[in-house]
Amino acid sequence: MPELFVVTEHRQGEIRDVTFEMLTKGRELAEKTNTDLRAILLGHDVGDHAKKLADHAEKVLLIDDEKLEDFNSEAYQRVLSNLVTQRKPSLILIGHTAFGVDLAPSLATELNLPLATDCVDLDFEEERLAVIRQVYGGKVNVKARLRRSECYIVTVRPATFEAQEIEPLEGEIIKIESPLLENIENKRFIEYVQPATGDVDITAADILVGIGRGIKDADNIPLIKELADTLGGVLACSRPIVDKEWLPTDRQVGTSGRTVKPKLYIAIGISGAFQHITGMKNSDLIIAINKDPKAPIFRVADYGVVDDLFKVVPVLQNKIHEAKE
Amino acid sequence: MDIIVCVKHIPETAEAEIRIDKSGKRIETEDLVFDINEWDDYALEEAVLLKEKLGGSVTAVTVSSEQADGTLRKCLARGADRAIRLTDETFEGSDGYATAKILHSAIKDLPYDLILAGALAGDDGYSQVGVTLAELLGIPHATMVKRIEPLEDNLRVNRELEGGLQEIVEVKLPALLTIQTGINEPRYVSIMGIRKARKKETKILGLSDLDLKEDDVGEAGSWMTVEKMFMPPVEKEAEILEGTPDEVTSKISEILRARGLI
Repeated sequence: MPELFVVTEHRQGEIRDVTFEMLTKGRELAEKTNTDLRAILLGHDVGDHAKKLADHAEKVLLIDDEKLEDFNSEAYQRVLSNLVTQRKPSLILIGHTAFGVDLAPSLATELNLPLATDCVDLDFEEERLAVIRQVYGGKVNVKARLRRSECYIVTVRPATFEAQEIEPLEGEIIKIESPLLENIENKRFIEYVQPATGDVDITAADILVGIGRGIKDADNIPLIKELADTLGGVLACSRPIVDKEWLPTDRQVGTSGRTVKPKLYIAIGISGAFQHITGMKNSDLIIAINKDPKAPIFRVADYGVVDDLFKVVPVLQNKIHEAKE
Repeated sequence: MDIIVCVKHIPETAEAEIRIDKSGKRIETEDLVFDINEWDDYALEEAVLLKEKLGGSVTAVTVSSEQADGTLRKCLARGADRAIRLTDETFEGSDGYATAKILHSAIKDLPYDLILAGALAGDDGYSQVGVTLAELLGIPHATMVKRIEPLEDNLRVNRELEGGLQEIVEVKLPALLTIQTGINEPRYVSIMGIRKARKKETKILGLSDLDLKEDDVGEAGSWMTVEKMFMPPVEKEAEILEGTPDEVTSKISEILRARGLI
């Protein structure tokens, strides 16, 4: 039976969540297409990871090599292209993450296998792979079909499929010899750099007021800061605000910033790219103010106001101030 | 250091309302403003900063119709030395892979030490073209780069990972890097820059100038073809509070009070 590969993503001793999300989706697809689900694990001294993965897949293919201790796309590509050539899987799932975007396109190009990146859904239709992707910052979806092939590579958007707990499978761990003979010379991992810790921990706040591109100018930040202060909350933001250096990185909510779960999240002028939404969608109560009625933020918010934030926020500030007195 | 920057001219949609056109495969772009893709803007700035520090040249390359001349002029005005526009009817419908093949055929015979591309394009969002191009050229790459430190014959770069974490990697030159937003502060176009740009060359190349066949490009040369575009299904829809700012803010105030938040 052909195999379906899920490439394990792990870092600093932890298997990343996207791996289990892909294993859940992979199981569903494997059952449907009569293929065998395989967790692929590359690393060094990762026996514990292998055991954990064996609860989720009947077979774990483990390639242990000290040259795979830290992620290096060149080393991973050599090992995976070797494995794919030998075992000819019908589908390879990789996370659409800093790990996956460094690896998948060059692997697909080397093997000349059709690749679809950042997919939010995938399925086989008439023996061809069809995928759903989001474009224009999540405002529109696209259904696309891939060229007919024996094997496809798909990078899967994190936090899209829910990882399901299943009865532990006690799968078999199969050790495969590493094909890496010499050190990779043209790309080297040096070290990790931990995020700078600032004066504020937004993950600890009960109330967050998040600002995005819609606030237009750094001069408008005090207006929102005042609202946050009145609410007894903390100012947070989406990526463009940090890119412009209007707020420090420790205020950033999203995949490349912090994941938050406050009692209240007010999103002001944030359209809601998935990178931001992933970081705040589990807040207890979400209120969004945005002038575009189709902004993706309204798909996660509980309440929405479709209007110019500069008309709404000053009035809201007064109302809260009065209510608090 | 001779640097090539891959840029894309795309509609600005972050703040705009989007409509799907009659073909059902594209969006309506008549009312949208086009500009350089945000990630490419940072890549261009990084290229110019490296040139200012180390000498050399910057060449901006795009795959597009003449519509992209605005973006190329911007690149030239901001410090690129020359521009190349890859234009052909047959390029229409190219996915990330076919686009990378077109770029590859134009770049492979040019002198370069470094190629920069945006980590992502704000329209298709593939995050694919740069790395595919690197593989076709046979050079190493690093993606999502937030800092570049040139060393002797390699670069030390910070890659942005998740949750604020970064990793430092070294790549040997020539290499390709994809640039993440926020790596620098893109400069404004100066009057002087615009004047200088007028004297700079923009080369236009088509299929017949490149070492490519018709079925290497467009839909025929792509891995993926768009079947249809549709508005994302609504799983959960926010209750929209209607009324004047006074009315909606009263409602918000009530909601917060009912939940004990104020």
